[in-house]
Amino acid sequence: MAATITPIDSERDRKRRLEDHDHGSGRRPPNDKNDKRTGGGDDGDNWNNRPQGRRGPREKLGRYRLAIFFALAGDLMFFIAIVSAFFVSQASGRYDAYNNYINQWLPTTVPPILWLNTATLIISSATIEIARRRMFQETHAMEEWLGIGKPTSKRAIPWLTATIVLGLLFLTGQWLAWNQLHLQRVFMRTNPSSHFFFLITGVHAVHLFLGIAALMAALIGLYRSRQLENRQILVDCSAWYWHSMGIFWLFLFTLLAFFQ
Amino acid sequence: MTPQPGTPISNPSAIIPKRARRVFTTDHHTIGIQYLILALVSVIIGTTLSLHMRIHLSWPQLNIERILPGSYLAIMTVHGTIMLFFVLTTAPQSGFGNLILPAQIGARRMALPLINALSFWLTALALVILCSSAFTDAGSPLSGWTAYPPLSAVASAGPGQGLGLDLWLFSIAIFGIAATMSSINTLVTIIRFRCEGMTWDRLPLTVWGWFTAALLSILAFSVLLAALVLLFCDRHAGTSFFIPTGNLVNGVIHSTSHPGNGSPLLWLHLFWFFGHPEVYIAILPGMGLTSMILANFSRRRVFAYRTMITTTLLIGLLGILVWGHHMFVAGLSPFATSAFSISSIAIAIPASAKVISWLATTWRSRPHYTTPMLFALGFVSLFITGGLTGPILAQPILDQYLHNTFFVVAHFHLIMAMSGIFGLFAATYYWFPLITATTTKPGRLMSEALGRWHFWTTLIGAYATFIPMHLTGLAGEPRHYSQLAGIPNAAGQLIANLRPLNSFITHAAIFLACAQIFFLVNLVKSLKNGAVAPQNPWHATTLEWHPSLATNSTVAASNEKIAVYRSPCEYMGPEPESFLTQWDTDSPIHSNRE
Amino acid sequence: MTHRSIHHAALLANPWNLPANASAHGPALDHHLLLNLWIALALLTLAHLILLIGILVRRRDAGPAPSAVWRIEYLPLAALAILFAALTVRAERLWADARYTGADPAALQVEVTGMQFAWYFHYPGSDATFGTTAPQFVAPGEGNPVGIDPTDPHSPDDFVTSELVLPANREVDLRLRAQDVIHGFSIPEMRLKQNAIPGQTVHIHFTPTIPGTYAILCTQLCGTGHFRMNANLRVLSPADFITWLASKQKAATP
Repeated sequence: MAATITPIDSERDRKRRLEDHDHGSGRRPPNDKNDKRTGGGDDGDNWNNRPQGRRGPREKLGRYRLAIFFALAGDLMFFIAIVSAFFVSQASGRYDAYNNYINQWLPTTVPPILWLNTATLIISSATIEIARRRMFQETHAMEEWLGIGKPTSKRAIPWLTATIVLGLLFLTGQWLAWNQLHLQRVFMRTNPSSHFFFLITGVHAVHLFLGIAALMAALIGLYRSRQLENRQILVDCSAWYWHSMGIFWLFLFTLLAFFQ
Repeated sequence: MTPQPGTPISNPSAIIPKRARRVFTTDHHTIGIQYLILALVSVIIGTTLSLHMRIHLSWPQLNIERILPGSYLAIMTVHGTIMLFFVLTTAPQSGFGNLILPAQIGARRMALPLINALSFWLTALALVILCSSAFTDAGSPLSGWTAYPPLSAVASAGPGQGLGLDLWLFSIAIFGIAATMSSINTLVTIIRFRCEGMTWDRLPLTVWGWFTAALLSILAFSVLLAALVLLFCDRHAGTSFFIPTGNLVNGVIHSTSHPGNGSPLLWLHLFWFFGHPEVYIAILPGMGLTSMILANFSRRRVFAYRTMITTTLLIGLLGILVWGHHMFVAGLSPFATSAFSISSIAIAIPASAKVISWLATTWRSRPHYTTPMLFALGFVSLFITGGLTGPILAQPILDQYLHNTFFVVAHFHLIMAMSGIFGLFAATYYWFPLITATTTKPGRLMSEALGRWHFWTTLIGAYATFIPMHLTGLAGEPRHYSQLAGIPNAAGQLIANLRPLNSFITHAAIFLACAQIFFLVNLVKSLKNGAVAPQNPWHATTLEWHPSLATNSTVAASNEKIAVYRSPCEYMGPEPESFLTQWDTDSPIHSNRE
Repeated sequence: MTHRSIHHAALLANPWNLPANASAHGPALDHHLLLNLWIALALLTLAHLILLIGILVRRRDAGPAPSAVWRIEYLPLAALAILFAALTVRAERLWADARYTGADPAALQVEVTGMQFAWYFHYPGSDATFGTTAPQFVAPGEGNPVGIDPTDPHSPDDFVTSELVLPANREVDLRLRAQDVIHGFSIPEMRLKQNAIPGQTVHIHFTPTIPGTYAILCTQLCGTGHFRMNANLRVLSPADFITWLASKQKAATP
């Protein structure tokens, strides 16, 4: 019934956009050669000269990228809030009953395995970038769009899988780091610094779980989704998310390792 | 029902039952209506709770607390949380945002339909979780919507601070995630889906309101989420972010086994960094709509259109720099207090600019007094009245006397709650034809006679309820007191002196709530039997009234290219009225209305 | 009937319903508050007059020309900005006087502790030094609600009351503390308000001027008993205060 309430819903009626060369397998997909020629013409911001419905092959991709960008901006604020709390807690002491200044912040020594984990995450960023670029290689993308096999997806799958494995390795490494600290009798509740160590690694791990879920969704999408454009968007957006989590981790790790 | 001719039949989700498809839809119009229904349910709950509080205060002998579960403070917490989050954030931003925003920028849908639907159902889930807290053993939390620790961090600090507060935390966290998703959708839609010719300075001011509010949502709700995570860890993971060392609650010393540098003030900073933008999220769309409605019925251009765009953004920007004014007497350093005081008073400048523009737009225009126009004028009046006490409260030396008195309650109820709700009423009366139209049925208008009754009774009720609160506040009556009788010591006399005024406030509040019956009757009547709305009944110029963007447009019309050629509100000349809609290519339409 | 007419007369004399002031800094604060309220009322009236005249007096035309934006929008805006700036400067100066500096070293010291749901007032006694307090010593049943350390040499002469007793015309330095949750320490007649935060000690100082009994309220939501968390402030003449202090001192010293 929803369909009859709004027959104008352009997403559901799967209307073929002939002006975008859609012959049944979706519109012309974006590729790494049409980067500079977006917006359905050579116009920059001139909306008056930009017919609706022809906003170029990167229109849908751009929309989802913008959405992921705003989501990541919000996420950045989330981490900024936690990092501010980190610095506030670190700097704040109190005077006890006998007028001694007390600051219970005992720096948590970062377990060495975190260096290994960081390296794993950097490598995983490289693998996902390779997978992402392979989705947009012009000749393969055009072949796939015309229905001659699925060369881009096939060439991206191994790298995507590698990223998932590396991500899981990173999370296992983090779990090992927590275990090592527990063996040293350092728990989340131990002191203000350990509160933040476990909190920061914990919320980052939750974000990586979401990232791995997104990568798996992209992987399933590569097998199941029928439109190349959708496959590209899935891989592209999860890649940007993954990169951001990598960069966030580098900052958080620097904070934990050098600014305690 | 049989599908309309021309309706695409090849629906991939054809296996899903029709009824479920109608409910779990990704169609922005339906989601908008679902949001409005959710807000209507919430506002009814919230109003009932506020009446309950007033009656409990004024006539304790009625023992009204037997009727609803939970104590006065629990009811106050749920009232605040529901009204702020589920009414004032949800209805303007997500409700009317979904219904009207795409059409106003010349688009036929929102950018991310699936995210949109998901965000609605998460919001509904959050509401259910919040309400469920009332039915736990100890009831809802009693720490207010601001949940200051350690009251909120230690479960033994009061009834409802255990499971009740956990449910509150989950509810607000889920709501925050949903609101962020909805805001991302709004932003992407506005940036990417504007039709041909819809440049940024041609965007209607309502769209600017939604845009700024969405930007604020993304910044603010993330910080709230971080604060909620920290609070949750304090409650359940043994940390002490907010619990200071040696905190003795109910005879038990907390946070000595795991000593910390915890500071309750850290929560205040994080919470108000979210909380202050939050109140602008609630009011900015209403400000934009008021500008457009005033211009529409005055048949004028909006005076100083670009200034209005700038001030909208400026209010948003300043809104994230003023959180400290909630903490003037909360232990903030006196120097930081001075800085926050200056930034807070600075907001008076863009807000005054808006008022001046509204006054200039209507100046000697003799507007058409339709119900939406009346509510927009009411918005201006309440915004002025509530706004003028803002600079008073922004002066720390005066806040030292007025903080947490009923003066503050009066201030924020007038400027946020009443203005916000007047904006929502204006939107409902104005856009009712677009809300009710379906492919098979035409849009309907609400009854003007009932609308006028509704407006005057609501305006009188609002002023009668909240103006006396300024006086009880100036006399020193604090907020959050669950009873006004039987208070020991000299304070008893101070509060007892105010009983006549408080009794008047309760009567006025009951009157204000009863006035809403006009609205509910009007709503029910007009849904079925309202006058059939003509195309563009208000002679508006914005795109939501474009014939082929209307919900009941034909399939053929839906393929029409939408383009915009001019700014909104191009009204010219006195009589006969002539105006150019945004999609008019050239000559003005001469109407012979009246 | 007489009660009502007295009420009306009071309303005329004090239209804004402020309670009587009994502090040294109060008159300046009241003056500034009343100035603000009258300005707000005047602006409210002015804006509503413009609104009403604007919508009731007929002259339908295209509205003010956009070129008039400087005259109509920015000129009044500049005037308002100057007005608000002037009020801010006045307010900040009063705030600086009240808060930027600490109390006079000769000021009377009292430690105020808020807990669910009572205020306690800890006087340092004859040695003018507070005995140390710690949460583990808190024992309301044994007459030690604020947790004074009995082993501390400064403790024995300290005494704790449940009403705040102060001499008139002498500055007092209050140390605000909270045991459990955030409380709000407020004395409307002293035009004073400051939150007490667990884990911190906040100083505020003021000078009561008029002897009498005043209400001390809690103004920060602190739990179910928030409404009944209050105490009395008794301001005595200096002579009466010395007598009161001596009697308390005597009771405290064994």
